[in-house]
Amino acid sequence: MKAGTLEPTAGMQGTWSTRMRAAARITTAAPGRKDRHLGDRVFFWLMALAGISVFALLALIGVFLFTASYPSIRTLGWSFIWSKTWDPNSGEFGALAFIFGTVVSSLVAMVIAVPLSIGIALFLNELAPRSVARVVGFLIEMLAAIPSVVYGLWGFFVLAPWLRTEVQPFLGEWLGFLPLFSGPPYGVGMLAAGIILAIMVIPTISTLSREVFRAIPRANREAALALGATRWETMRLSVLKSSRVGMFGAVILGLGRALGETMAVTMVIGNSNEISASLFAPAQTMASIIANEYAEAIDVTHLSALAQVGLALFAVTFVINAIARLFIWRVKGGLR
Amino acid sequence: MTSAQLQGYLAVGYAKRKFVDRLMRLLLLVAAIVALTPLFSVLFYVLSRGLGNLNWAFFTEVPKPIGESGGGMANALVGTATLVGIASMIGVPWGIAAGVYLSEYGRSRVANMVRFGTDMLASVPSIVIGLFVYALVVVPMGGFSAFAGGVALGIIMVPTIARNTEEMLRLVPNHIREAGLALGLPRWKVILRIVLRGSVSAITTGIMLSIARVAGETAPLLFTAFNNRYWHQGLDQPIASLPVQIFTYAGPPDEVWNGQAWTGALVLLFFVLVLNVTSRVFFRSGSVGRE
Repeated sequence: MKAGTLEPTAGMQGTWSTRMRAAARITTAAPGRKDRHLGDRVFFWLMALAGISVFALLALIGVFLFTASYPSIRTLGWSFIWSKTWDPNSGEFGALAFIFGTVVSSLVAMVIAVPLSIGIALFLNELAPRSVARVVGFLIEMLAAIPSVVYGLWGFFVLAPWLRTEVQPFLGEWLGFLPLFSGPPYGVGMLAAGIILAIMVIPTISTLSREVFRAIPRANREAALALGATRWETMRLSVLKSSRVGMFGAVILGLGRALGETMAVTMVIGNSNEISASLFAPAQTMASIIANEYAEAIDVTHLSALAQVGLALFAVTFVINAIARLFIWRVKGGLR
Repeated sequence: MTSAQLQGYLAVGYAKRKFVDRLMRLLLLVAAIVALTPLFSVLFYVLSRGLGNLNWAFFTEVPKPIGESGGGMANALVGTATLVGIASMIGVPWGIAAGVYLSEYGRSRVANMVRFGTDMLASVPSIVIGLFVYALVVVPMGGFSAFAGGVALGIIMVPTIARNTEEMLRLVPNHIREAGLALGLPRWKVILRIVLRGSVSAITTGIMLSIARVAGETAPLLFTAFNNRYWHQGLDQPIASLPVQIFTYAGPPDEVWNGQAWTGALVLLFFVLVLNVTSRVFFRSGSVGRE
């Protein structure tokens, strides 16, 4: 860095007023023309470049994905979304089955994960003694640290066989009249994917929900208790009711994670391009079709169709996460 | 309504409320237990199925062809280390610089956009990053390579490190910066020598956590670093990695391969959990990393 030549003595050359002003706006503004030091300017622009390039990178991802999927966008148009035939051999590419798979597996995950996560957050924040809360909270965070591929391995060899021999026959017997729980138990399939996704998003939703609950003043709880409310009524009245916006943000953020999760899903969903009403049936998600076929695809249309699936996934997760951020920022009070 | 009736009514009401209270408290406890079950189940199975194959050969030998027993994942271990090394060379300086920008110059409109962009980049599915790097690096270079895999992982590291660095530098009180400036130090020196130096351990924690995260990433490597059954022949060649190897070995119904996959998972999980635990002991900072 050129600025290395500017020793502390050189720094003293600024008048006191510039120094004071610099001190006053230390974290408030970028150095303008008044910053006399070359070193400061160089440093600022280096840091700003690193920051702005993160933003540029995001835009670049969109542009590259669009370019890569352009051949497919041109030839297939909107039929890409509505057609459910995906046959690389005959050059037919419709992503409906994968969109369906992504949406349904994420919905199953949310149905399981949301009550559990909020339950955990309430338990840790409102009920558990501090020592228990610390240990359990730590373990929940470890749940987030386990790599996706390890979940996939466990899901394939442990969860799916268990679903096939225990859970699915049971569900089929009692709820088999619903199309959702009909059909032969395969183990791998939509249900397995949904459960794995639920496990993976629980830490996200519960950690954020805890932060939301923590922001509620103690006095609110004390007020409810003083009116004679039970512990549960206190939680319902003074905690849950006033944190709906924040919890919604947490759930949407969890949804964003579930939509884009790849490896674990690829390993347990059974990889079938059919749309089935049953949760027992194998399926395919947008992420898993890319993981399964991209490395082997040779044909240009095939590659660009897969890139288009990726573009759609990028767009959807972007919108979902942007919504989640807005909600969470609203709770946390501005940008953080 | 006599007072006895009223009392009876109130008693029933209270009994019901008390029952609901007990029930819900029990359910909340059950929720916590249910959510932790998978953690213990994963740990149990990874240990019980992975420990059997854990031997010296696993760390020193390359894989044997399918059907033959023995062999190891040495090439994949070296591969993961190489990929994480390349990723860190890209992700660490970039992430820290972006974090410094957000913390020290972070009040402008542009900075808010960058902050938003960082959050959005953190939430891009890793497989999409893989597609991007495929178009950015693999296509121009004409093939899968260790370098491409490293770039993909590096991009994933940037937003995590940036936000963590920002949060940690925010904790440095302003009067420390003011003291530095009052001594006549130029601002860049104040930031580098005082603000950053004081937060080294906190920033290191963030780096460790993001390394733990990318070391387990599989999806972005499938079509960037690809895989390699042998030792890699250079950074412009495909390279094996532990997660991809686990994925590959989990698929075919072959006892030996599946066993190796479990052992690979054990080693990977051990590495990731050790990094997570030590970084929390090293610097207690609540939840950084995957959020």
